[in-house]
Amino acid sequence: MTCLPSLTDKKLGLVIDLDTCVGCQACVTACKGWNDQGYGAPLSDQEAYGEAPNGVFLNRVHSYEAQPLDAPAQIVNFPRSCLHCDDAPCVTVCPTGASYKRVEDGIVLVNEDACIGCGLCAWACPYGAREMDADAGVMKKCTLCVDRIYNENLQPIDREPACVRTCPTGARHFGDLGDPNSKVSQLVTARGGYNLMPDLGTKPTNKYLPPRLKDRQSARPDQASLLAPLLDIEAKGFAGWLDRILGKIS
Amino acid sequence: MNPAASVIIFTVFSGFGFGLLALLGFGCSGAQGWSAFFLWGLGYGFAVVGLLASVTHLGNPQRAWRAFSQWKSSWLSREGIGALTTLFCLAPAALGAIFGLPIWSVFGPIGGLLAVMTVFTTSMIYAQLQSVPRWNHACVPLMFASFMAAGGLIVLGQLGQALMGLGLLALVLIVGFWIGDSQFPARAQTIAKATGLGHMGALRLFEAGHTSENYLMREMIYVVGRKHRMKLRVIAVVLACFVPMLLIAAGQGGDIARGLGLLSHLCGACVARWLFFAEAEHVVGLYYDQR
Repeated sequence: MTCLPSLTDKKLGLVIDLDTCVGCQACVTACKGWNDQGYGAPLSDQEAYGEAPNGVFLNRVHSYEAQPLDAPAQIVNFPRSCLHCDDAPCVTVCPTGASYKRVEDGIVLVNEDACIGCGLCAWACPYGAREMDADAGVMKKCTLCVDRIYNENLQPIDREPACVRTCPTGARHFGDLGDPNSKVSQLVTARGGYNLMPDLGTKPTNKYLPPRLKDRQSARPDQASLLAPLLDIEAKGFAGWLDRILGKIS
Repeated sequence: MNPAASVIIFTVFSGFGFGLLALLGFGCSGAQGWSAFFLWGLGYGFAVVGLLASVTHLGNPQRAWRAFSQWKSSWLSREGIGALTTLFCLAPAALGAIFGLPIWSVFGPIGGLLAVMTVFTTSMIYAQLQSVPRWNHACVPLMFASFMAAGGLIVLGQLGQALMGLGLLALVLIVGFWIGDSQFPARAQTIAKATGLGHMGALRLFEAGHTSENYLMREMIYVVGRKHRMKLRVIAVVLACFVPMLLIAAGQGGDIARGLGLLSHLCGACVARWLFFAEAEHVVGLYYDQR
């Protein structure tokens, strides 16, 4: 049923560190790679080698430029995927019961055999987490790699979502956010993890860690450039003579 | 939002069809025999064509029957159930009117009520979405109800009733445009709230992370429609309300005037519904620094 469970045993989710993310897109590639071959319909591409290639991705990394009034602009790389909300609006709008939130771990999933591809869940999600597969006509979304995290055929180290496993900077963390003592929960507490668009009442499970404040160089003029003394280059020999002569002309 | 032809036809046609069926169910027409066959046929025809159009919108239409299961939580599911129940419930009333069996008309008022509820559920498919602030407002169900009433009254109402229905629709549309415009700013959803990075300074999108358009952008960031929104609003209100009013008044409520008025009304309704989708801005656009 598409009614939401009042309580889930666990709240599995991701914690994404915007301070550490370098925007390399490795998580995007790993996600696409894993979800091409495992759970459900493979994420299809249209015109993959044509003029306007496009396809389904469950994770997309945007980059934003933040411009403070009194300091240089800063780039923040921002991975965007399903937040596995407690009050997921995508689940309750589903007319067929294909969209559901699991009681055991809180993962929001789509039963693709029951999905009619009406697209209403994608409309209901404020975060753009769901994309319709143009090939299979069913809705695709992050499964939190449900076919990896419980997969006993994999090495224990690999039993986490593909995006987390692949992240070269360790910007993505996976765990139970319902357990206050879990590593991810402690990380959220320590770093002030936050929700996206909190006033929509979706209660996301995934949390984002804000970028740490950068050191700021003092704005005093005498420290404006440490290289200033070195910039005063004095030409010698013929070039020096030419420099002096030309300097006198104007 | 993407103004797909299938959803425009679905909402306009089924809205008009159920409006007409509701008035017929409530006994607003004493027509018998062939004229009853024509009127009920018109209502059923539009309602069914609209519902079929909605099925073509689906990625997997062969599983559409599953949509009748989630009435507890889903407005779309309720809409499907409401539509079918209405059509079945009104069938005896229609047959009764056509074949002169007045006793069967007892199903009429129940079916009429169900038709009204069905159009309400249609409107709630859109009005429930917090992610689309323009739709997430009581004026959306009011707009759908006004279209429903006006369409039915063009066909069945007395001269004064038809004019009043159309006048009311014009008012609701204009107020709806006005209220709708203020909804996105009123929710105060910004790129800063979407990313949570507002404290770092003024934000803009530096790179979208992908070079071509995707499903999200095609479906929810429809910027083309807003270029001519003011002209289209005028066209919608004039075609849907004022032209039919003039025609019906000039023709003294005659059948030809009503027919032409209905044609104009439905064209205007399609323009208004196209705008309803094209103008609506989804908050996901904030991640793309576009609305």
